[in-house]
Amino acid sequence: MQLYLPIAEVSVDAFLLLGIGGIVGFLSGMFGVGGGFLITPLLLFIGVPPGVAVATGANQVVASSVSGVLAQLKRKAVDFRMGFVLLVAGVAGSIVGVRVFAWMEKLGQLDLFVQLCYVVFLGFIGATMFQESLRALLRAKGGKAPVRRAHTHSWVHRLPLKMKFRTSGLYISIIPPALVGAFVGFLAAIMGVGGGFILVPAMIYLLGMPTRVVIGTSLFQIIFVTGFTTVMHAVNSQTVDMMLALLLILGGVIGAQIGTRVGVKLKAELLRVLLAALVLAVAIRIGVDLLVQPAELFSVAPGVLP
Amino acid sequence: MIRALAPLLIALALPVLAQDAAAPKPETIVSGLSQNRVAITADFDGSEILVYGAIKREFPVPEGRVDVIITVEGPSGPVTVRRKERVAGIWINNASVRVDSAPSFYAVATSGELATSLSATENIRHNITIDRVIRAVGIASEADASADFVHALVRVRSDEGRYRLLENKVQLTESTLFRTDVALPANLIEGTYKVRMFVLREGRVVAVQERFIGVRKAGLERLIFNLSREQPLAYGLISLVLAAFAGWAASAAFRFIRI
Repeated sequence: MQLYLPIAEVSVDAFLLLGIGGIVGFLSGMFGVGGGFLITPLLLFIGVPPGVAVATGANQVVASSVSGVLAQLKRKAVDFRMGFVLLVAGVAGSIVGVRVFAWMEKLGQLDLFVQLCYVVFLGFIGATMFQESLRALLRAKGGKAPVRRAHTHSWVHRLPLKMKFRTSGLYISIIPPALVGAFVGFLAAIMGVGGGFILVPAMIYLLGMPTRVVIGTSLFQIIFVTGFTTVMHAVNSQTVDMMLALLLILGGVIGAQIGTRVGVKLKAELLRVLLAALVLAVAIRIGVDLLVQPAELFSVAPGVLP
Repeated sequence: MIRALAPLLIALALPVLAQDAAAPKPETIVSGLSQNRVAITADFDGSEILVYGAIKREFPVPEGRVDVIITVEGPSGPVTVRRKERVAGIWINNASVRVDSAPSFYAVATSGELATSLSATENIRHNITIDRVIRAVGIASEADASADFVHALVRVRSDEGRYRLLENKVQLTESTLFRTDVALPANLIEGTYKVRMFVLREGRVVAVQERFIGVRKAGLERLIFNLSREQPLAYGLISLVLAAFAGWAASAAFRFIRI
């Protein structure tokens, strides 16, 4: 069934959109990420203009994150205080990101910039996570439980402005979480992602938060940052396509619920290896596009150069 | 007022009448469109326009070749054509050319081969083929080989089905009746579409007529589009609320199913 999208001004198959939403939702429920890093490239692939893909992707992430966070809330796995710090910084980062986005569009390098962000960040995070989680998986298979210290002191603990995060059992400076939050907000605006794939490892390895509360807290922060980004894009560039978002969301929320249930049954180490592999695959796919000579060297964009 | 003008009108008409006695009236076109309005609704999947008509003449069908060319032109706007080049190993947009005005859709349907039915001078006078329609004045300074960019624009849009050359697709009966179908693609842009009909004899245009088709988003499409342009903040917030509600509803529904 073909559907005409009012803002994107293209006609696409409604079931294809539902399917994309469903698959991405399933993965996001399983891994506790928003799934934006999958949805934006997929939308670009089916012919949605980049501006619309990024802005609408952010809107879809809101829905899947709300769905996910409600499940986490019941398990009391959300550190609200940490989430709030991340959130305030995230909004600031998002404001900067939307500006940079508009600037890049003017320069005609938006596609390149978005692609480079994907390759660099997904590639780096994916590779690091893959290596670490594979080691953890092998260790778990070996039967020796990893030694987890409750309190490892690093440079993070020597910074000022300390604050107690009771749910996470942490007493650390708010500077690292604020930096992480701002960075994620920036990426949310530029890549149309929630930034879960950066937040989750940053919370575990940089902030030392217990894995139990990481997914819930990151989802909490993602809801607000992507929500803010959606509104910013709607106001600044009018690129949020409600019709497109609704179909993706419909598929996505159902997929997310199924994914969450499947995720609970899988081993945490295995989940992390799979997520890392997925992130890496997306990065490589986009990277190849940049390196291989395109079939058509010319592209046509409506509108004028400034 | 009318009385005062009457002698003037008669004076103006007289030479015309005198001419008419000497030479027959030129040919004119009587035409119709199957629809002069296209509504883009949510399930819009392209549309087909039937253009039909007759050549009206007060003398026998003349000797020689008679052709009909029909063009359908969508709203025009400036476009930027960019070319990728390899810089430091990766392909990036490196050169760009601004084309002042290019139609978002353009179809040329002809009753014969375009090359034989239309002379080059008449094409220049009436801007019939797509490369004539694209106005690319003063782009030479922006990048080298700007003709390449205009060709690329035509090529890219032809691949997308936006620019079409439909040779031999106008049925011309007895050099008088003509008809053709022009398919409008699913990815239409709103605006007024101009249909031009040309009657040509021996490559020269002898009659022209223009008609218009209004393409508008309708229903839900219209509502969403207008809201996003007129109330962007409200639109953004509604999108958010819908998303949040969908997320909550799904989680609630699944909880209900589980129990």
